Parts: sequence; structure tokens; C-alpha cells
Amino acid sequence: MSHMDRARHEALAREELVKIRSIPLSPKARLQIPVQDMPSQDPMVRRANMFEVATGYTPEQAMLESARCLQCKNAPCVAGCPVRIDIPGFLAKARDGDFAGAVAVIKRTNLLPSICGRVCPQEKQCQLTCTVGKALGGVDKAVQIGRVERFVADYERGAGLLAAPPVTGSTGKKVAVVGAGPAGLTCAVDVRRQGHKVVIFEAFHKAGGVMVYGIPEFRLPKALVASEAEVVESMGVDFEMSFLVGRTRRLNSLLKEDDFDAVFIGTGAGLPKFMNIPGENLVGVFSANEYLTRANLMKAYEIGKAATPLYPSRRVAVLGGGNVAMDSARMALRLGAEEVRVLYRRTREEMPARGEEVVHAMEEGIIFDFLSSPTQVLGDQNGRVVGLEVLSYELGAPDESGRRRPVAIKGSEKIVPFDTVIVAVGNESNPLISRTSPELSVDRWGHILVDEKQKTSIERVYAGGDIVLGAATVILAMGEGRRAAAAINEVLQ
Amino acid sequence: MHSEHKILSKRQLSEEVYRMEILAPLVAKERKAGQFVIVQYDEEYSERIPLTIADADEEKGTVTLIFQTVGASTHKLALKNVGDSIVLLGPLGNPTHIENYGWAVCVGGGIGLAPLHPIVKALKNAGNRVTVISGARTAELLIMQEEMKALADEHIIVTDDGSAGRKALVTEPLKELCSRDPKPDLVVTIGPPIMMKFCAATTQPFGVKTLASLNTIMIDGTGMCGGCRVTVGGKTKFVCVDGPEFDAHEVDWAQMLSRLGAYKSIEQAAHDRCHLEMSLQKLAKAQGAAQDAAETITERSNNR
Ligand SMILES: Cc1cc2nc3c(=O)[nH]c(=O)nc-3n(C[C@H](O)[C@H](O)[C@H](O)COP(=O)(O)OP(=O)(O)OC[C@H]3O[C@@H](n4cnc5c(N)ncnc54)[C@H](O)[C@@H]3O)c2cc1C
Ligand code: SF4
Ligand code: FES
Repeated sequence: MSHMDRARHEALAREELVKIRSIPLSPKARLQIPVQDMPSQDPMVRRANMFEVATGYTPEQAMLESARCLQCKNAPCVAGCPVRIDIPGFLAKARDGDFAGAVAVIKRTNLLPSICGRVCPQEKQCQLTCTVGKALGGVDKAVQIGRVERFVADYERGAGLLAAPPVTGSTGKKVAVVGAGPAGLTCAVDVRRQGHKVVIFEAFHKAGGVMVYGIPEFRLPKALVASEAEVVESMGVDFEMSFLVGRTRRLNSLLKEDDFDAVFIGTGAGLPKFMNIPGENLVGVFSANEYLTRANLMKAYEIGKAATPLYPSRRVAVLGGGNVAMDSARMALRLGAEEVRVLYRRTREEMPARGEEVVHAMEEGIIFDFLSSPTQVLGDQNGRVVGLEVLSYELGAPDESGRRRPVAIKGSEKIVPFDTVIVAVGNESNPLISRTSPELSVDRWGHILVDEKQKTSIERVYAGGDIVLGAATVILAMGEGRRAAAAINEVLQ
Repeated sequence: MHSEHKILSKRQLSEEVYRMEILAPLVAKERKAGQFVIVQYDEEYSERIPLTIADADEEKGTVTLIFQTVGASTHKLALKNVGDSIVLLGPLGNPTHIENYGWAVCVGGGIGLAPLHPIVKALKNAGNRVTVISGARTAELLIMQEEMKALADEHIIVTDDGSAGRKALVTEPLKELCSRDPKPDLVVTIGPPIMMKFCAATTQPFGVKTLASLNTIMIDGTGMCGGCRVTVGGKTKFVCVDGPEFDAHEVDWAQMLSRLGAYKSIEQAAHDRCHLEMSLQKLAKAQGAAQDAAETITERSNNR
């Protein structure tokens, strides 16, 4: 497949737009409008730069893609959206070129559409249930809701229309938000709207959580995350950065000595899992968190400017099959690795990563070794990685999650040379707050236990996002932040 | 966004060692002996530098950091001046477990004497008899000596070159102390990893409980990245949250040392660049001064 540039996408879309304007659009005609592909940088170029891979629809493409929507009465897409965006509503406006109107519809339920449009796993949410996709026999044929969402959000920013939600008069109440990830930021906005004072306490020196330290620049530009945080700040939310709740100040002190009327905990799933195989502490083995944080948050890729060093890698193995694995692999490529292989125990079908990211990774030349997993990391006399012993698997009977369980093939071990191994097999909950607040109930994985209103076992303390769900998604974290904010606003009334 | 921590005082203790007092009231209030902070000299490009807290003044709301310019990042930190702000996160890690052990021997090497100081103080306050062994390459690098002298029941000084105290490595007096009867109840060692490794090897045959404070590479310092991990007693530990102190006899020192050296070649290059830049600056300054002088002379002669 040869790469198609943006101008070509635009020209084709313009022709189609002219065509559909000359005929009455029956549902059948709508189904015939071609799916609009996402314009992107040429894979051979982008694999060596940090710029955004997907460059976004042109206005013509956005209108055309929106015109594919059948405006279903029952709107199955809305049921698939974790925050229940009025999808046919915003697509109708986008179809007619009212992009500002479209983004206003989205913002009734989703505060960060430019981020969600880029990182939500739409093919497992709204687009999975879309009637168009069903009619055309494949989720890849569904209305590309996320791409239009991104387009209208970028339009708003580009047109200088980005505005902070209005804040009502001060109530004199005070709420602490722990963690400036999507859960915390969303909660802060919704609580602040009601006129309560909000202070966000964040361990890092930059706001955004995983959106700044984990998800790479080439997928989610950091300037965009920063501008969203600025909007939150412009509402009068205070940010206390480099502040680790549990260490700099305890949860209890926030409640009892600092007079916060409520606290929201949105501290994420920041505890990297390892494989627990021999050799995992050799030099050259990284958790994906470390690898990505060095590159993203500490900007190690700006060689000569950033002080944080990068490990010189030539042959990189990435262990895992989720978004984190895709991001690590593609980052390693951009940082100069000659060969990057993703080792995954199952097959392409079972990969939890966002579909578009897998396609992009493959286009860029990442090699996938499916049905394989390492049994040990091998090192040299200096304690540095020189390779992996890899075992092959085959798919057996489905397990409780319905996925077919991989079964090791006995005697299939082989040794593959690598100098770098990135472990991307998931994250658990960071135990810091629960360890320093014993009254806080957690389950056996350390996830904070909450009721249907996100309330924890401690009065006036709420929690949401990855710290409750385990490693989940941006949109689910935002949804929980909103729900907690609603509950907090209710009790503070 | 608020994260400023002002430098209230700065002093150069020796050619490579600096002492800074930073305004951080909450950290000053919460911190306990053995804990550390992570600092950055700026928000954009700085590395995250873990530094153990050398002292704190709760009333003034300050923490004291003492660091050696061992690499590019500590060099840049040293260029910061009174009134400048830095990023500071803390206090991190677990405090030293303090109780009345009886007789405690505290071994500090070089810059490690700084973080050792609050531990000596806390052990003393808990009623221990404390022997301090202060070691350094040369007399100039011996820091915190006034403070140690004031606190220690017994104070042994050693230098590699004999320019102060005994010409010996810290392990020599340590071995002698362990050979006494009764032997020490606790040894705490902070300093270069190689020194801590040899302290561990020295005390092990005597079966004296020994704690070492590990200074691994760190990023977040909150348990998020695992970059600081090291094997202790056969198990993987994150130094920033499980440590920084561990049973020195259980630490896999070979691994600890190789992990510390992960970026050595790159760091060395950056450090060399730093030195080059600094000498260039000095040169430029000197040249500038020479030029100024020349200009003054010409001016003067013109005036005449
Ligand atoms: C590499 C990577 C790629 C991903 N890709 C996607 C994707 O494409 N799509 C998607 O939907 N999801 C993706 N995810 C998952 C998604 O990023 C998370 O589900 C989401 O960010 C969770 O939000 P949160 O607000 O709960 O926590 P986080 O984003 O983790 O934010 C928590 C914040 O709290 C701070 N914090 C932690 N402890 C404390 C404390 N004690 N005191 C003060 N502050 C504290 C942290 O520093 C952090 O800033 C990805 C995750 C990773 C790691
Ligand atoms: S299901 Fe698809 S076609 Fe139907 S309203 Fe939603 S986006 Fe439009
Ligand atoms: S420094 Fe990142 S986990 Fe310890």
C-alpha cells in the first residue's frame, strides 16, 4: 500500500462532497460514501521523527465522514461511549460544517475531546456498535467517530475558541485533588465549576499524568496536554506541583489540618509489573514506564539539550501487546534502534492495543513475534543484556475471559540476541497513599475500593481512574472523575 | 502552577562540594533521618537528581542539601544561585529505623557524610553510643566534621592520602571496632557504593547488622518506573520506595554497581562537555577582564 498524502485525501474528499450534494442522501447513498482514511506522515519518514503520526482530517473529510452517519434513533454508538456523548448530534453539526456547534455538543459530556479523539479505543467503544459498520460488515467500516471528534476539537483550538467552562460564585468550600491525570483534571474542572476552591496536588513537575509521561509526543503532542491544563488553571484551580501526597503531606493532614472539605484521589496505576524471570535486573532491561518517562517527560530524545541520558539500543525486544508496548516499540525505533521486535504470547487478534496503533507500528517496520514469550534474560560479564531465551506458544482452549489461552510448546526455546528489553506487561496500583492511610480500603491488587458514587471507605474521600480500575483508559478515568465530582458537589451543597 | 523552592543560601565547601539551603517548609517538617529528595535545576531539560537530606530546620522551613559535582546535572545545579528556584520533591523513601541499639558505628565516605549526619543525630537522641568513621580521598573533601565531632562519642578520621587522620580506608578502623568485645550492635554505612560493598564484606564475618543507604539511578522517586531496582535477599526491591536503606549483607552489590554504570560512557561525555564549557566560560571571563583592563589602560592614557 503506497502512502497517500494530505492533499490527495483532501482532493478526493472534495470530489465526493460535490457528488453527495447533488443527490438526495438516502441511507443507501450514505452507506456508499467511502470511509475517510486518516491522513498521516509517511511511515518511512515518521519512524525517524517525534512529530504526530496522524495529522488529522481536512474539513472536507470531516464533513464527508459525518455524512456517513445514519442518525439512528436508538443511537447504539452512544451506548458504546463511556461518557455518553450525543454522537449523532455532533455528527449532524459537523456534517453541515458547523464545527464549533459540534464541539459544543461533545463538551456537554466530554471535557477533553482533542485528547479522546486521539487516544480512545473507539473500535472497542462507539464504533464497535455503529450501525454503519454492522451494515457494511466490519468495525473498520463504521463511522470514524473519533477522527471527527478530534477534527472538531482541533478546529476549536485552532480558531482560538477554546474557553474555560464558567465558574459560579465562590462557596467557601475547599476540595483537594490528588494527581493531575485525566481523572484528577476532570474532577477538578467539575468541582470548580460549582464555585468550590480546588487544589490539585501532583507528584511530577508537569500536569497530565500518563498523558505527559507515558503516551508519546508522536501520538499525543505535549503542547496539547499543556494547553488543556492551562484551561483548568485559568478557571482558578490551584496546582501544587512536585507534591507527593503520603510523603510531602498525608491524606489525613489534608482533611484534618488543612481543612479540605473533600478529597479526590486520582493517582493512577503507577507501579510497573515485571515478568519475574531470571535476568530481569540486568542493565538494559527497562519497565515501559521508565523507558517512556525518560523519553517523554524528561525529553531525553532532545539530545544535547536534555540531561537525562538514553540507553544506546540497537536491537530492542518489547514484551507485551497493549498500547504501552506499541508506544515503547515505536519510541525505541524513533530513538535510533535498528531492529525492534514485539514479543507477545498470543496473536494479533487478542492484542489489547488500539487498532490504529498496531497498524501504524507495522507500517513503521516494527516486527511482531506472536505466540512467543521469554523465559530468561541473558547477560554478559558486565551485567548487560545480550539476549533473550524465548519460548514459543500455541493457542489452546479459551480461558475465563473468553480469550484462547496460550500454551507453551515444550522444547521450543531459542536464544535471540538483543541489547535492550522493555517490559510492557502492565501496571499495578501505586501503594503509597494506601500504605500511609491504613483506613483506606483496597482490594488485593491495591485498587482503592469505591461505591457507585466513587466514595472510598473514608468519609469525604473519593477516588477514580486507574487507581480504582487498574490500568484502564483515559476516557474511563475521566468518566470516574466526573462521577466523583458530581458526588462531591452534592455533599458540599 | 506552583512548585518553586527558593535557594536561601549556597556555600562551596570544597572544589567539588556545595551546600545549599532550600526553602521547603512541608519537606522540612515531614522529613526524618534517612530520607531524600529529588531535585531538578529546571523544569524542561534537567535530569532528576536524588539527594539525601543533610539537615533540616523546621522553624525556618528549610532543608540542607550537600552535593558533589560528579556529573553534568550536579554541575548545572551548582550554577544556581541564592534567590533562584529549583524543583524539589520529597521527602522520599523510608526513614531510618531508629531505636536504642546500644553501640552504633556510622561510617561515612566523602559526600556520604552529609546524609549520615541526621542519622548520627537521631541515633544519638535515641540513646545510642555512637562511633563515627569519617573517610575521604583527601582532607579537603572531609565535610560535616564540626557537626560530627559535636555528636560522636568517638570519632575516627581516615583519608586515602593521609592528609587528615589516619592514612587508611574506612574498612580498617571498622574491622578493628568489630573485633572489640563487645562488638558494635549496628553499623550504618553511606558513601560510594564500592565503599559500602567493602564495609558489608568487613562486618559480615562478625555478624554485625549493617545498613547501607543505596544511591541508585532514579527517575520519579515514587515507585513508578522501577529504574532504581536492585536485588536484595534474592528479591527485586525499588530503592526509592522500599529503601533507600537495606541490609548491606543482602544487597547484590555487583548488580547494584553495574546498574549504576548503565549510562557511564554517555554521562562521562556530558560531564567532559560541562567541564569544557566551564573552562571556556572562565577563559572568556579572563579574556573579558584582560580586555576591560586593556581598555581602562587606554582610556587612562587617553585621559592623560
Ligand atoms: C504508555 C501508555 C499508553 C497508553 N495509551 C492509552 C491510549 O491510547 N488510550 C487510552 O485511553 N488509554 C491509554 N493508556 C491508559 C491511560 O493513560 C490511563 O488509563 C489514564 O491516564 C489513567 O488516568 P488517571 O487520571 O487515573 O491516572 P494517571 O494518568 O496515571 O495520572 C495519575 C497522576 O497522579 C500522580 N500521582 C500519583 N501518586 C501521587 C501522589 N501520591 N501524590 C500526588 N500525585 C500523585 C501521578 O504523577 C500522575 O500524574 C495508556 C497508558 C500508558 C502507560
Ligand atoms: S450508530 Fe453509527 S450511524 Fe448510528 S448514530 Fe451512531 S454513529 Fe451514526
Ligand atoms: S525511581 Fe522510579 S521507581 Fe524508584
